[in-house]
Formats: sequence, structure tokens, C-alpha cells
Amino acid sequence: MSELLPVLSYATFFLVFASIFATMALGLNLQWGYTGLFNVGVAGFVAVGAYASALLTTPPDAGPGAVRVVGLGLPIVVGWIGGTAAAGLVAAAVGFAALRLRHDYLAIATFGIAVVIQLVALNAQKLTGGPFGIQFIPKPFDSELDGSLAFNALYLALTLAALACVYAGLQRLAASPWGRVLRAIREDETAAEALGKRAFAFRLQSFAIGGAIMGFGGALYAHFVGYIAPEDFLPILTFQIWTMLIVGGAGSNRGAIVGAAVVWAIWTIAGNGLRELIPPADQARAASLQIVLVGVLLAAMLLWRPNGLLGPRLSRSSPKRPPT
Amino acid sequence: MILQIIADGLIVGSTIALGAIGLTMTYSLLRFANFAHGEFIAWGAYLALTFLGFFIALGGGGAMAPLGPFSFGWQLLAALVAGAIATALLALVLDWLLFDRLSAQGSAIVLTIASFGAALALRNFLQFVYGSLPAYYTRELQIAIHIVPRDVGGGLRATPDQLFVLGLALVLVVGLHLFLQRTTAGRAMRAVAHNPALARVTGIDVASVVRWTWILGAILAAVAGTFAGLVGQLRPQIGFDLLLPLFAAAILGGIGSVPGAVIGGLIVGLAESAAVPLIGAEYRAAAAFGVLIAILLVRPQGLFAERAK
Repeated sequence: MSELLPVLSYATFFLVFASIFATMALGLNLQWGYTGLFNVGVAGFVAVGAYASALLTTPPDAGPGAVRVVGLGLPIVVGWIGGTAAAGLVAAAVGFAALRLRHDYLAIATFGIAVVIQLVALNAQKLTGGPFGIQFIPKPFDSELDGSLAFNALYLALTLAALACVYAGLQRLAASPWGRVLRAIREDETAAEALGKRAFAFRLQSFAIGGAIMGFGGALYAHFVGYIAPEDFLPILTFQIWTMLIVGGAGSNRGAIVGAAVVWAIWTIAGNGLRELIPPADQARAASLQIVLVGVLLAAMLLWRPNGLLGPRLSRSSPKRPPT
Repeated sequence: MILQIIADGLIVGSTIALGAIGLTMTYSLLRFANFAHGEFIAWGAYLALTFLGFFIALGGGGAMAPLGPFSFGWQLLAALVAGAIATALLALVLDWLLFDRLSAQGSAIVLTIASFGAALALRNFLQFVYGSLPAYYTRELQIAIHIVPRDVGGGLRATPDQLFVLGLALVLVVGLHLFLQRTTAGRAMRAVAHNPALARVTGIDVASVVRWTWILGAILAAVAGTFAGLVGQLRPQIGFDLLLPLFAAAILGGIGSVPGAVIGGLIVGLAESAAVPLIGAEYRAAAAFGVLIAILLVRPQGLFAERAK
């Protein structure tokens, strides 16, 4: 029994992360899979959710030499709602500027907002704690449970419930008239416009909801780890979520979840394998090799299996939009 | 002060302009936003560093003897050329492995995703090979010379290296412009950008034009990277940090317009350098984003749009 405990603890830890990533991938699937919107700033929206939730729930740094002076100490639920809403608002603002234009301008604008969010996280020390980030973010459940298997298991139940809610909500949305209009716009915008559907409004709604879900994922992350810093939200996170969605199959919510689990497993195994194979002195370099491996996986998937593991068979994997 | 801000902006802007030219050319010809273009800049800079070591060893080792007032010798110029050629090969290999195959089967946006993945893989492979510590072409210290005395507009100082960067960028831009306007190969390139089907019918070898566009874009990117390394330092993120300014410059100038990319690059460079006294050096990179959002809201086709979208 005693040798089983670390394994169980690690397994719950792994699954908590997998379900948080799956939540973020669901948000991206709404944007890309259902609406054909290309978001290169996933990490930025996740960061907004994580930071907003942390600031709402964590009191300011105490004592002399305190860096961060903002923080409210509200209940965690308020943080989750606030983080979700904040990320949705940022997504709506970016979408407003870029969604009327060529699809690749949205890609560039989202890339830009992620860079700016990273800058603010690093430099607005009084708000975000700068490079040191925000520490002692409150965790749900009893404080005595912290770090134990019981905490991991309880938090896993929580993230699985959250994931199930997001999944069910998105499935209902996709089957609703609203979801059908989204698919119509993705497949043939001119025809949808001719039927009186305002493509811009639908795209903006889809983009904002997707961004909000990513922010929710960020908030889930912040209260599990209890510590966030700018380096948690680098472009590599965007890339991981994209790989998860494409491996699982864009356009399928189940695919997004399966992809998240598969890619996170490959990522973890590759990381552990490289740590075993490469001498300790070169560990920092090994971390970059891990990213190269997943980059190659994404490219290979796009080349040979563009519909992913569970992607819709009939629909095209690459939604085309006429130039506007 | 104001003169110094303008001069700094033009020096940064000339690097951005060189990178943005390649970006806007591949963008208009292949019709996708290439996020891997920044990595051509980084690889160009680091490949030049490797060749520099090689040429210094070839010349008998020891320190590089500086040319005139500059901080570098002939070895760096040779390394610049060799690095640019190697970067062009890298671009061709990437096109052959990834972009060419994908453009045969998918839409432009799949190419954009692939380029995003390729960018991360290339950047991290660079970090794996060269490590993440900053590197320098030369340890030679440069004294900035007074070009305008202090009592005129706050004065203007620049190092000989910075003037070299500005001058060579100008030569390259003028040369490229003449190439595109006056030579048959240049006209073929513009024809394919305007209308690939029509260009093919008139007997232009589209595949060869695409290859030459990659080569030219990669060469300019490598030169931009070497310039950035010469006036600053070499870091693996050098290309990633330039990516947002490059896109802002290309869109500001109008996708497909080479003169537009140059002017866009200079404007973004000036905006970055003006941002330092206004919002602080740490937010310098946000200036490019401000330019980008402003142009998307006000004039999304860019200042010098070649064709209506």
C-alpha cells in the first residue's frame, strides 16, 4: 500500500492538469473548431483568468518590502467568476478590433495581446508581483490537506466536474440554433449572411465565450498550484493547447478532451525520458528538446492526419472563409 | 533628445524593415502569415556567429582586427554572407518539408498553424544548440561619435556600427527595389503575387518564383538578425521579440508592398523609441502592438496597399 501512494498521488496530479488543459482546449475548439477563428494568444487569455482570479482572492503581500499592493481576499468562487469574465472581456475587445478583417489578422492581433499581457505581468509589479508572481493563492478545502493525496483527489473531482459542465454546455450550444449558425458561417459565410445572420456578431460572441473558458482554465490552474508567475503563460502554453486540439481533432469536443490527455501524457513521458537520458548538467537544454519533439508531433499530425484522432469525418478539417 | 530618439528609432527601424520585407513578400506570394519568419532572423544571427568563429580561426585565430572605425573585421562581413546563405537553405528545407506539402492540401490558416509550431521548434532547437546565455560578435568597445552637437535639438550621437547598419540596410532596400522593378525575375515575382493563375498561364515558373522568394526573405532576415546582434546582443529570443514589430510593420505598410514594409518598419522603430520616454523602456514592445491595433481599426489595408482586398 505504501509504495502505491506516490503513484496514486502522481496519477491524480497528472489528471488534474489533464482536465485543466482539456477545459482550455474546449475553449479553443469553440473558437477554431466551430467558428474557424485562429487564436495565437491562448496563453494570454489563460493568464488573464489566472491573474484576475488570484488578485480577487489573495490578500496583498504583507510586511516590509512587500511588492504587490493589490489584492482583495474574496472567496474563491468570486475569483473563478471574475477570472472567467475578465478573460471574456479581453477576448471581446481584441475580437472587436480584428474580427472584421482577414482571418490571419486575428492571428496576429491575438499574438500581440499575449505579448502585451506577458509584459504587464512582468512589469506591473504593484499589481502582478512582477517576475516573482503571486504567491499563497488560496486553495479550496481545508488548509491542512494542502499538498496531500486527499487534496489532489478532491481538486480532481472539482476540475472533472468543471470540465463536465463546460463540455455539456458546449455540446448544447453546438446543437442549438446558435451553434448551427456558427457552422454555417464557417462553411459558407456569404450564404449565412444572405439568410440574415450577422457573421461578425456571431464570431465575436464565439470568440468571447471561448476566451472566457480559457480564463476559467487559468483560474482552475491558479488555485491548484497556489502560485502563478509570468513564465507559466509563455507561448509554449498556446502551442500545447493547439497541439492538443489538433491531435484530438478540431471540431469535436470529445476530441479536444482526448487530445488534451494524450498530448499531456506524451509531454510528461518525453520530459521524464529526456531527464533520464540527458546528464543533469544539460537539463535546461533538454527542456527545449521536449518542445521540439512536440512541435514535430504537431507538424506530422497536420501533414498525415489533419482530422486528428476524433475529428469530424465529413466536415473539412480546414474551415475556409472567403476573403472579406 | 528628440534627435536622439529619432536616430535610435531609425536604427531599430532599419532592422525591423529588413525583416518585414521578407515577411510581406512571403505573405503576399504564399498567402499566409509566417510566424516562423522571426526564427530565420534568430538562426541567421547565430549561424553568422558560428561562421565568424570559423573565419577567425581561418585567419590564424586570435582577436579580430577591426576595420577602420568599426568594432568588427572582414571576418564578420564574410560571416554575414555565409550566415545569410545558410539561412536561405534553412528556409528552403522548411518549405520543402512543411509548407509546400501543406499548401498542396490545406488552406492558408493550416499553414499559419504549422508555421507557429515550426517557430517554436526552431527557436527551442536553437536554444538547445547554442544555450540561452547572451552572446556577442565582438567584445570591442565602441565610442559613440557626436554627429550633431548637444546644443542643437539635444544633440545626436551614434556609434560607427550603428551608421554601418543604417547604411547597409539602405543599400539592400534600394537594391531590392530595383531588382523587383527592373529585372525579369523581379517582375515575375510581382506577377505571381498579383495573380498566380494568370502568371502560370503566361509561362512563369511559379515554383521557382516561390523558391526565390524564400531565399530573398531568408537572406534579408539573416542580415536583420546579424544587425540586431551587432548593435545589441545575441539571444535565442531575438527573433521572437522582433515578430510583433515585423507583423505591425508589414500590415502598416500594406501586405505585399516592399516600400510599405520599409516605411512601416521605420515607423514602428520610431514608435518603439518614442515609447521609451513616454511609457518606460520595459513597455517598449507594447508600442508595436499599439501601432498594430491602430492600423487595424483605422486603415486595415495598410498605408500602401498594392491591391484591394
